[in-house]
Amino acid sequence: MKHDNRPLLSRVADSIYWMARYIERAENVARYIGVTLQLQLDLPLARAHQWQPLVDTSGDTEDFAERYGDPTQASVIEFLAYDSHNPNSIVSCLRSARENARSVRETISFEMWAQINSMYLNMQAHQSMPEPGRLLDTFRDMRLGCHSFQGITDATMTHNEAYHFLRLGRMLERADKTSRILDVKYFMLLPSARDVGTPYDDIHWAAVLKSVSGFQMYRQKYGRLTPRGVVDFLVLDTEFPRSMFHCIRESSASLRAITGPPGDAPRFRSEQLLTPICTQLEDADVDLIIGSGLHEYLDKLQLALNDVDISFREEFVTQSHLQTQSQSQSQFFVATSTLRKS
Amino acid sequence: MRLDAYQTDGFYDELFDESGVPRPQAQLLLETLQSLEDGQILRCQQAAERLLLEMGVTFNVYGDSAGTERIFPFDLIPRIVPSAEWDWIERGLRQRIHALNEFIDDIYHDQKILRDGIIPREVVNSAVFYRPQCIGINPPRRVWCHITGTDLVRHGDGQIYVLEDNLRVPSGVSYVLENRDLMKRTFPQVFHGLSVRPVDDYPGNLLAMLESIAPESASDRPVVVVLTAGMYNSAYYEHSFLAQRMGIPLVEGRDLVVEDDTVFMRTTRGLRRVDVIYRRIDDDFLDPNEFRTDSLLGVAGLVQAYRAGKVALANAPGNGVADDKVIYAYVPDMIRYYEGGDPILQNVPTYLCWRDTDRQHVLGNLDKLVVKAANEAGGYGMLVGPHSTAKQREDFGDRIRANPRNYIAQPTLALSRVPTLIDGHMEGRHVDLRPYILYGEDIRVLPGGLTRVALRKGSLVVNSSQGGGSKDTWVLADPATGTHQ
Repeated sequence: MKHDNRPLLSRVADSIYWMARYIERAENVARYIGVTLQLQLDLPLARAHQWQPLVDTSGDTEDFAERYGDPTQASVIEFLAYDSHNPNSIVSCLRSARENARSVRETISFEMWAQINSMYLNMQAHQSMPEPGRLLDTFRDMRLGCHSFQGITDATMTHNEAYHFLRLGRMLERADKTSRILDVKYFMLLPSARDVGTPYDDIHWAAVLKSVSGFQMYRQKYGRLTPRGVVDFLVLDTEFPRSMFHCIRESSASLRAITGPPGDAPRFRSEQLLTPICTQLEDADVDLIIGSGLHEYLDKLQLALNDVDISFREEFVTQSHLQTQSQSQSQFFVATSTLRKS
Repeated sequence: MRLDAYQTDGFYDELFDESGVPRPQAQLLLETLQSLEDGQILRCQQAAERLLLEMGVTFNVYGDSAGTERIFPFDLIPRIVPSAEWDWIERGLRQRIHALNEFIDDIYHDQKILRDGIIPREVVNSAVFYRPQCIGINPPRRVWCHITGTDLVRHGDGQIYVLEDNLRVPSGVSYVLENRDLMKRTFPQVFHGLSVRPVDDYPGNLLAMLESIAPESASDRPVVVVLTAGMYNSAYYEHSFLAQRMGIPLVEGRDLVVEDDTVFMRTTRGLRRVDVIYRRIDDDFLDPNEFRTDSLLGVAGLVQAYRAGKVALANAPGNGVADDKVIYAYVPDMIRYYEGGDPILQNVPTYLCWRDTDRQHVLGNLDKLVVKAANEAGGYGMLVGPHSTAKQREDFGDRIRANPRNYIAQPTLALSRVPTLIDGHMEGRHVDLRPYILYGEDIRVLPGGLTRVALRKGSLVVNSSQGGGSKDTWVLADPATGTHQ
């Protein structure tokens, strides 16, 4: 067995990690919009206020309220997909993913670069909202473009250290997104006496599952739609690729691959933080989670994952103990203003 | 596509002779072109441009809004160089590069050529890129110009001349490789029946050259990196391309740190030693301790590490002294001095404005000459007399009088032309040629090089920043043996 032992620049590891996060983020936003567009069609007009939760899921509620006011289909799609001032919009995510990819072209495969670049160019060419008849297709195409990128990545890039940084970024972002959608939707959909047993109840829960591409897989496993089943599936399932447990376990495997051969005890703080999260999820009971408050549980999980993220970046990327000079954005300005040619 | 309407307009054409008959080396290509429908060629051209954009083969434009990327326009009709002519060019380049390297090494050591009075001492001392910091440095194998991109042009007399030597950080080689790739993908039928010398081995040769200059203390597999100023540099694509093709890290100044005269890069597993740096940053920005103190692109202590022999730099700092256009005028003398023979490749006749008689002649003939600043490149700081306005000539006259040392003038060359696709048909456009030469254990010349073409009608300026494009350059295999060298 031969390992690729070539050193990986910290800056490159960082860019690859972010490239993966941005692509995953763009894919999620595209999917949410698609699902909500379809949900709209199933609901009577009075109940069609499904756009606010979408903004809430993105975590940019304040920014939206300030600049757009009331959420409508048009304003929310504009904000989440085409607004270049929203750093989490699809257009911003693709731009950031491409910037990062462009800075690591020598490390990723050519096919990966070409896929990101063509998604970006495509987005540049269609910078504004498509006509209503093209909406669903547009967001489906974006989602498939991101899926292609994942597939191309797995099929063309050596599964070396750089790849594990990529997978770590992808999986942490995915866990975060699943957690957010569940958190926001669960409370909106807590069964109210009026809705239980009506077709609308099912439509909503189905939409939550579709938001993570999980409806069909859920059916196979649980059959009937129940809030308990959905929580169990999205948080604790070991096999569904967007369940939080699955994402966290994959992250953990990549982190282990990065930290090197396993010793008796984890040598890095990020590992020390992530391992117990995995163990905890493995043993968790869905009724206990719901009983003690899903929101609190997801909140705690998110905070714990943030800590992992911070410490792992400190250990492998910024490595503050190794920095001998401060680095700032000003480098970019010097680079652009004084260098004329080479 | 019809070729009978094509006009050479009295210029030397690389594919047609003066009476409009295809040159022997171009016959097969032109027959193929003739057999194609216009729409077919246009479709190939569009496919090529789309591919360039999708592949992200772009350069950044300065002075444009930040981060603007453009493709370097590509023309499908190749330039063809016959085998024998190329072999002669290659011999000339080897001779010239060898002499230039001897000169640079001499300048930073004994300065014999100055003491023998071949080149005036004040010319060297006043050269902007002369670096006293480099005096006494002994680069590995005594090589100072590892990668050179010599600019060649053919004049109306049919003769090839050296226009510039480009010893510092020549760019463009990535386009040579991409152009060939593009031709093979979009226009494969034109290769039919021809044996074109391949260019694909350049990255491998470049890596081998870089490994060959590693310090003795390096391991069997030296750690080689490409140093870039970053994503916003105009040639960033090429830096990234070369690192990718060589399979080595692309680093920025902030990724490197010098401790105990040793260069390290910051990796996920801490600091790792670096042995050889192919730097694509100008001397000025390389090391704030030695050159420009305000440089944030470089690495503090890098030049000291280099001086101590702990790291190799390609190209060697200080080699730009020979890029000065006044010193260029002395290259034929250098060749006679160091090589003991006459130059194979000719210089363009050059007037040096610091000589009184030359200056008078230049000032009196600004409308006929090309005036160049001694230390500019990329088509900047240049006056093309016959295409200039009275105001521009007056302006340049003032500049010359104010700083005669910094200006040279040359006759306006009638650069040769190659048929180029313009709005679906062929028109002649002026070209130059930049071959790439590697110097490590030995001197290797990439067959062909980058043919740049001035796409604007009548224009003589081929630079990418000024409306230039490029073409694939075919050096044909030796017809006698059918093999490549």
